[in-house]
Amino acid sequence: MSKKSFRQAINEAMRLEMRRDPRVIIMGEDVAGGQGGSSGVVDAWGGVLGVTKGLYTEFGPERVLDTPITEASYIGAAAGAAATGLRPVAELMFVDFVGCCLDQIMNQAAKFRYMFGGKARTPLVIRAMFGAGFNAAAQHSQALYPLFTHIPGLKVVIPSSPYEAKGLLIEAIRDDDPVIFLEHKVMYDDEEEVPDEAYTIPFGEANLTREGDDVTIVAFGRMVKLANEAADKLERQGISCTVIDPRTTSPLDRDTILDCVADTGRLVIVDESSPRCNMAADISALVAEEAFDALKAPIRRVIPPHTPVPFASVLESLYLPDAAKIEAAVKAVMNHKVTEAA
Amino acid sequence: MNASIIPITMPKFGLAMTEGKLAGWMVRPGATVRAGDDLADIETSKITNAYESPAAGVLRRQVAQEGEMLAVGALIGVLADADTSDADIDAFITQFNAEFSAGAAEDASDTPPEPSVIDVKGRSLRVLDIGHGDGDPVVLIHGFGGDIGNWLFNHAALASDRRVIAFDLPGHGGSGKDVGPGSLEFFSSVVVDLLDTLGIGRAHLVAHSLGGAVALTTAKTAPSRVASLALLAPAGLGPDINMAFIDGFITADRQKTLIPVLSYLVHDKGLIGRKMADDVLRYKRLDGAVDALRQIAAANFADGRQTDNLRPVLEHVPPTLVIWGKDDEILPSSHAADLPDAITVEILPDTGHMPQMERSDAVNGKVRAFLAH
Repeated sequence: MSKKSFRQAINEAMRLEMRRDPRVIIMGEDVAGGQGGSSGVVDAWGGVLGVTKGLYTEFGPERVLDTPITEASYIGAAAGAAATGLRPVAELMFVDFVGCCLDQIMNQAAKFRYMFGGKARTPLVIRAMFGAGFNAAAQHSQALYPLFTHIPGLKVVIPSSPYEAKGLLIEAIRDDDPVIFLEHKVMYDDEEEVPDEAYTIPFGEANLTREGDDVTIVAFGRMVKLANEAADKLERQGISCTVIDPRTTSPLDRDTILDCVADTGRLVIVDESSPRCNMAADISALVAEEAFDALKAPIRRVIPPHTPVPFASVLESLYLPDAAKIEAAVKAVMNHKVTEAA
Repeated sequence: MNASIIPITMPKFGLAMTEGKLAGWMVRPGATVRAGDDLADIETSKITNAYESPAAGVLRRQVAQEGEMLAVGALIGVLADADTSDADIDAFITQFNAEFSAGAAEDASDTPPEPSVIDVKGRSLRVLDIGHGDGDPVVLIHGFGGDIGNWLFNHAALASDRRVIAFDLPGHGGSGKDVGPGSLEFFSSVVVDLLDTLGIGRAHLVAHSLGGAVALTTAKTAPSRVASLALLAPAGLGPDINMAFIDGFITADRQKTLIPVLSYLVHDKGLIGRKMADDVLRYKRLDGAVDALRQIAAANFADGRQTDNLRPVLEHVPPTLVIWGKDDEILPSSHAADLPDAITVEILPDTGHMPQMERSDAVNGKVRAFLAH
């Protein structure tokens, strides 16, 4: 056990599974660091953010495949390879590039098990980085997990820390269904204690990072950390919060969310994806339908506006949820007064 | 400065603790306390524990607020007699805090000892080896589902004047997950292998629960290696075992289901925190951990009863101390009845299956006195 970064935790998960199971392969743009390229340096980078560094050297060109810049072809190839016996981990780099290969994911990989009467398995993992806060502008900053969550047949994972990332990625690689594994690009240097051994965190089981009496906060990915920062400040002001990290948006741990709302009676949802039809909307509907009588105040969502992610850093900060906005939302639900109908 | 003023500071529960949270005050300002009265609940990353007053007096000030996280040694409250003026107490707090923050900068490099993973005859074992002294070293053996963290409140106290080694049994904590047949003989052979690897001829075994049965087995199979036995709620002395605990520990896969299972371990149920459950879940998620626990349970508690009866071993053991919590809900304290006269038996009231955590001061005192003979 030692402190590891989000990047190292993800690398270690792939490395351990590649050692354990020869069917696990890696493919994507630059995952092998260019396989030498014109510089002649093999395994130079390990992907644009260094996540796959060292895998080419250890496992060689047959298991770590640099692909052409054509997402439709290699994501399709990965889906086919999964259906025929390999366990590919394909990297889409920026999740925004899904537009180029959505048919392969939505109409092919996600549907194989269903269309073939349960006889086909598709143990495919698609890794991609997502999220704003990196000044990467509108085409490289989206948080598209609602898009995947919308499609039956996909599992969607959003790790919130290095420990979570390693356990959830190993679970994803061992899962027999297509899994979309989304890494927030601002988190790669976050560090925490991560075991050296392989371990798995099951899908569909939310993690409570803290338990409180007054307000339930549901947050995803990097927003979990911000929710905890806000909850720390609120605790000093006498407001105690439960913070739920659902870990996966599909499957979604509805029971834990409903249990916690039943306990606290107040709900704030923090979601950095575009607000229409996002997870905040989805969970709001769930709670309104299943736990209406438990609510002491309207549900509050901490969400960005319905615009592309701005490039200008002041606007990007304004766009994103942050700890101060979460704190304000929690105070708003705490201060809500029920008015009698006239 | 008024001599009657006594600072109440953040305690250090075990080696790794660097900070703690004041979970709740148990005494109001202005109340009179006796030495040993519970003052506050302190929550660490491992466990919530009651902090006992070091002296008698009036709790004049609660310096730390509930929920506040503070470094070990930081001022959390002030005890003094009723005659001490508020001005004196304010002056004391100001001076203490000034000196403490100056000292904290110097101590920043004081990192706690870290366990290491060593090779023991082809097996990887996580070991925390601390302390020096002339006497035979002590080896701490945890129980089913435990790890070196079970000795959080004991390891440093026992190691003040001798070498004390805690380790994770195979299948547990940070050790390899191969448990072979999972039998007492297997674990006992690992203890002997560990002694060989560390170059220790003979050791005192301080052992808890299933670890107690491992220690007794070692005393039987390798008597020359065992200087004495200090057994805390040991297995092997009766047939009964709480299978709801064993089965629940193996199958519970989330905090909500695990916390009630862990609550069997202690008399004071408030000790079991979310963090403790999370630590257990993290261990159980490791590849092979749950399979190892199943194998151990099958080898030792088949049919809901303890497989091995080690009472005959007690007829020919080195000096032996047995400590049991009266309210043990895992292995009943009645198993301590009718032991041979040569064996010292201590039954602790209001204590569950983890006396080394729940009554750490009493257990440390008794074990130290026993080892000193």
